[in-house]
Amino acid sequence: MSEKSYLGSHLREYGMIMALVAIVFFFTVIVRASIDVDFLSAQNITNLFLQNSYVIIMALGMLLVIVAGHIDLSVGSVVGFTGAVAAVLTVNQGWPVWAVIPACLVVGGLIGAAQGYWVAYWKIPSFIVTLAGMLVFRGSTLWLLNGQNIGPFPRSFQSLSTGFIPDIFGDADQALFGMERLNGTALLIVVVAACIVVFLGLRKRAQDASFGLTPEPAPVFWIRNAIVCGALIFVGYKLAIFRGLPNVVMVLAVLTVIYAFFTEQTTSGRRIYALGGNEKAAKLSGIKTERLVFFCFVNMGVLAALAGMIVAARLNSSTPKAGGGFELDVIAAVFIGGASMTGGSGKIIGVVVGALIMGVMNNGMSILGIGIDYQQVIKGLVLLAAVIFDVYNKNK
Amino acid sequence: MTTLLEMRGISKLFPGVRALDQVNLSVEAGEIHAICGENGAGKSTLMKVLSGVYPHGSYEGDIVYDGETLALKSIADSESRGIIIIHQELALVPLLSIAENLFLGNEVAKAGVINWPLAFQKTAGLLQKVGLNEAPSTIVGKLGVGKQQLIEIAKALAKDVRLLILDEPTAALQENDSQKLLDLMLELKAQGVTQIIISHKLNEIGRVADRTTIIRDGTTVSTLNRKEITEDRIIRDMVGRDMAHRYPDRTPNPGEMLLEVKDWNVFHPDQKDRQMIRNAAFSVRKGEIVGIAGLMGAGRTELAMSLFGRSYGRNITGSVTMGGKPVDTSTVTKAVDAGLAYVTEDRKALGLILEEPILRNISLANLAGIALRGVLNPRREAQVAEDYRRAMNIRTPNVQQKVMNLSGGNQQKVVLSKWLFTDPQVLILDEPTRGIDVGAKFEIYNIMNQLAADGRGIVMISSEMPELLGMCDRIYVMNEGRIVGELSRAEASQERIMAMILNSVGKAA
Repeated sequence: MSEKSYLGSHLREYGMIMALVAIVFFFTVIVRASIDVDFLSAQNITNLFLQNSYVIIMALGMLLVIVAGHIDLSVGSVVGFTGAVAAVLTVNQGWPVWAVIPACLVVGGLIGAAQGYWVAYWKIPSFIVTLAGMLVFRGSTLWLLNGQNIGPFPRSFQSLSTGFIPDIFGDADQALFGMERLNGTALLIVVVAACIVVFLGLRKRAQDASFGLTPEPAPVFWIRNAIVCGALIFVGYKLAIFRGLPNVVMVLAVLTVIYAFFTEQTTSGRRIYALGGNEKAAKLSGIKTERLVFFCFVNMGVLAALAGMIVAARLNSSTPKAGGGFELDVIAAVFIGGASMTGGSGKIIGVVVGALIMGVMNNGMSILGIGIDYQQVIKGLVLLAAVIFDVYNKNK
Repeated sequence: MTTLLEMRGISKLFPGVRALDQVNLSVEAGEIHAICGENGAGKSTLMKVLSGVYPHGSYEGDIVYDGETLALKSIADSESRGIIIIHQELALVPLLSIAENLFLGNEVAKAGVINWPLAFQKTAGLLQKVGLNEAPSTIVGKLGVGKQQLIEIAKALAKDVRLLILDEPTAALQENDSQKLLDLMLELKAQGVTQIIISHKLNEIGRVADRTTIIRDGTTVSTLNRKEITEDRIIRDMVGRDMAHRYPDRTPNPGEMLLEVKDWNVFHPDQKDRQMIRNAAFSVRKGEIVGIAGLMGAGRTELAMSLFGRSYGRNITGSVTMGGKPVDTSTVTKAVDAGLAYVTEDRKALGLILEEPILRNISLANLAGIALRGVLNPRREAQVAEDYRRAMNIRTPNVQQKVMNLSGGNQQKVVLSKWLFTDPQVLILDEPTRGIDVGAKFEIYNIMNQLAADGRGIVMISSEMPELLGMCDRIYVMNEGRIVGELSRAEASQERIMAMILNSVGKAA
């Protein structure tokens, strides 16, 4: 197969990365030209991750739900509710942070279980169950907070969102080179990560070849990896010269790797795709479809709780409105990331890129001072365009 | 009597198949004309030509109706001439009332505004005509199949029907509902409605039909008068094709007993009181190919699926033993562990994940076989798929190909591979050659013979009798949820199978 036709048949995967690069490039140029600010400044890159971490985290879980052929509209409300639970426990009850975090995750899991039960075992459409959940947990948040904001959180809880990985190399670098102070840990981590990406890529190529499959053409492989690793190291460098790697980014990276592994390399992950692809065939193949759907919702609840705590920590208070409308950003990220509306397909890496595209656009448009009215219109059109592109590609 | 309908030299081609070949059919005004034939003989195709489902130009031949040559473009076109077909699968909207259903698409309306009082009044009149004592506002879904069938007929009457076509109208009906329906047909005949009935059931044909046309392999065999209609004659005409050497040779060598099913009873999943399988019992030995013959709706698929992890029905009772030991087949996983595999008749809906590649479909039922502690081994998965691709001769550039891009025969081989990878002792193959071409059929037969030679037991469900006769060591005959007979290879013939089916009709109690 020639390089061209290979790219053609994998248009979607490359298209996503290219789109992200193009959007970043676009904003860099426009922001520089119009208000003379560096879009790719260390501070802005840090902000970008802090602002979007919770969307990405929830998108990981939402992918599983959507791959299984369902939807979860309640995640925004669950973010608000678990944030409120965290606030009540920490601020009002004085629980220590190490107890609050698992408690909130359990609350999220229970919420997911309560909804997943009806969807999985009673076959109530997930749209209805989670629409009800959306209302129930928004109301519960108001009730729990008594309509007030609760805060501030202790420093240790805030570090969940605003903390940074400490530099194990101390300030040695500063003394060595007479340049800006560099965070050694951050740099080390991204360099190692880049090496792992290349290593795994090479291994997969070798594997494909040994199966008699058409491997990615070498130039395409190296260009793609150069872009990915270049971006990784660039972002890492920028973070390093600022305050280092935010805790949230580490959580995000670890979760992304875990979920990518789960969806692509484990039997349970595979079964979720099978269930979404053809539930009846999966069932007749001995797959316990109900249990898997239930699991997807529990998992979604736990991730929503995690996101809820990160949001509360970032705002340093729990508000009745926290998480409002998040479900739409999350679902949009999953579909922009290439998941199929009918279930059965979609990749973790696509979802992360999809969420980043949304995030970069949010961030860029805000810097440019574009009003929320236009922002929403543009985001809506991007979502529509991404899905139309998918459907068009499929029918071609 | 005058001729109302004359179909002359009708031929209809589907890609690779000649479904109809020079069929002639002549129906007199005011008669009830029965059409008889095996599954797949072309009865339904012929009726679809007549009702405009296959428009003029997509077939060869002429339809002369009421002295005029028809060039139908659509169903609406045929309906406007009073030709109305009632399909086996009823076309009613279950959540609407009888009145709403009766005038669906044919509303009693002026300028789009429905005159409900008039519609209800007309409905009451029509219901009286078909002898259905229900209020016009009754929701259709709440009525049984028998009553729904009557509503379909009332619907036809609402459209001023002249030629009413009923496609196996009693297939889903209980005995007394069937009788009512046949009475109604005779009444409509007295009112001058010409009718065509497609049926397998000899007693029905004997009761209502004035003449019977028999179709076999897409051609008209004969048209019999009332006096000529006898069971022997109909059976001979229905099945009398020559048996070419379409089946690979094999020396049967049955070994010890594998699967034994006894006293198997299954009820309908939605209609609690409707028993679908009654006291079924059958067995398979090592190296044996056992057939289950029967007409559509005989309960063969229901028997197989209820056995395989209770995938069909409710209130399932009975015993299953494998190699003499009782086994639990109450979930699919347990059934697979017990050594069973069920290859579905509907491979697209129930057998395959069409959007996924071949290798993922093959590993689906035995993911543990390509994984270590829950982590998949892609190398092993590809190797397994590659092995089956070679062994089964699945024609594809590579195993990464999505199964939706494969032909029917190759898809069937993928489903077979999936189940062979679970290493079953007994395979139940439900219509394994449906919808695949002759060459691929021969390959599937060869695979079946190979599996039997390896010491596996095979249960083959098929609606094609020649296939069963050509492949099986023993044949069970099923009808109306019961196993009504068993024939050895030497005893079995199409005539005997058909006679067993026809003789058992209505004897269930």
